[in-house]
Amino acid sequence: MAVLTDVASWLLLSLGGVFVFIGGLGALRMPSLYTRMHAASVTDTLGAVLIIAGAILQAGFSLAAIKLALILLFLLLTSPTASNALASAALLAGVRPDRALPWRAERSE
Amino acid sequence: MTHGESAAQVSQLTTRMLFLVALLSSAWLLWSGIYKPLLLGLGALSCLLTCYVARRMGYFDSEFFMLHFSVRLLVYLAWLAKEVVRSSLEVSRIVLDPRLPISPTIVDIDATALHPIDRAILGNSITLTPGTLALDVHRGVIKVHSLTLEGADALMSSGMERRVAALRKT
Repeated sequence: MAVLTDVASWLLLSLGGVFVFIGGLGALRMPSLYTRMHAASVTDTLGAVLIIAGAILQAGFSLAAIKLALILLFLLLTSPTASNALASAALLAGVRPDRALPWRAERSE
Repeated sequence: MTHGESAAQVSQLTTRMLFLVALLSSAWLLWSGIYKPLLLGLGALSCLLTCYVARRMGYFDSEFFMLHFSVRLLVYLAWLAKEVVRSSLEVSRIVLDPRLPISPTIVDIDATALHPIDRAILGNSITLTPGTLALDVHRGVIKVHSLTLEGADALMSSGMERRVAALRKT
């Protein structure tokens, strides 16, 4: 049983790591601020959920598991707030979403 | 404290603020589990700071707990989780594609009919979903940046604002 939990936990942790890596890679590959933010949001949604789920399996039924679940909850509440703040600050600072790109949006309505 | 507040309002405000401080303090004490003077001091400081910021944001002026936990909320969260997973995979596929097939698009989501709190929920749901990002809210219209044209279309046809509006109906 312990082996099964370990296997599931490592699967979740590794998969989470893959998505964090993809998020980082995307942040490097994307051409502009807003598109980079899209890529980075893979890290703090699917990446974070999988890694914390894996860690909860390792923690078992304990206070640590509850704390991890709460950390996930707070992360999912605060990360869009931070993204909104960043995006609206960029917009206010004059980073135009369509001008910052190498090509224009095909449809902007 | 702005002038023009009656004694009853002030006492209601004090009650609400004390309740929040009590809630935050007990959460801090339960979760840290370490009772050293430095940590207790930091805890007290952050509770008071949170309370001050919440007061400035007008948190105490409206109803205390606006969103009630209900089956409907759980259904919405399950739907949102499904959307987050789907779009995470979609964005990952785009990132890993050597051609990087993006087509950044801006769409306006009409949220004029929604309560301000629902607008916040909608905006945060949009931002939480990878591939779509709420840029700005102006007069109830949410400006959304989407990584791809298809993502923008999917958001428009998903009826997310309808789902959020349905949360409040009793």
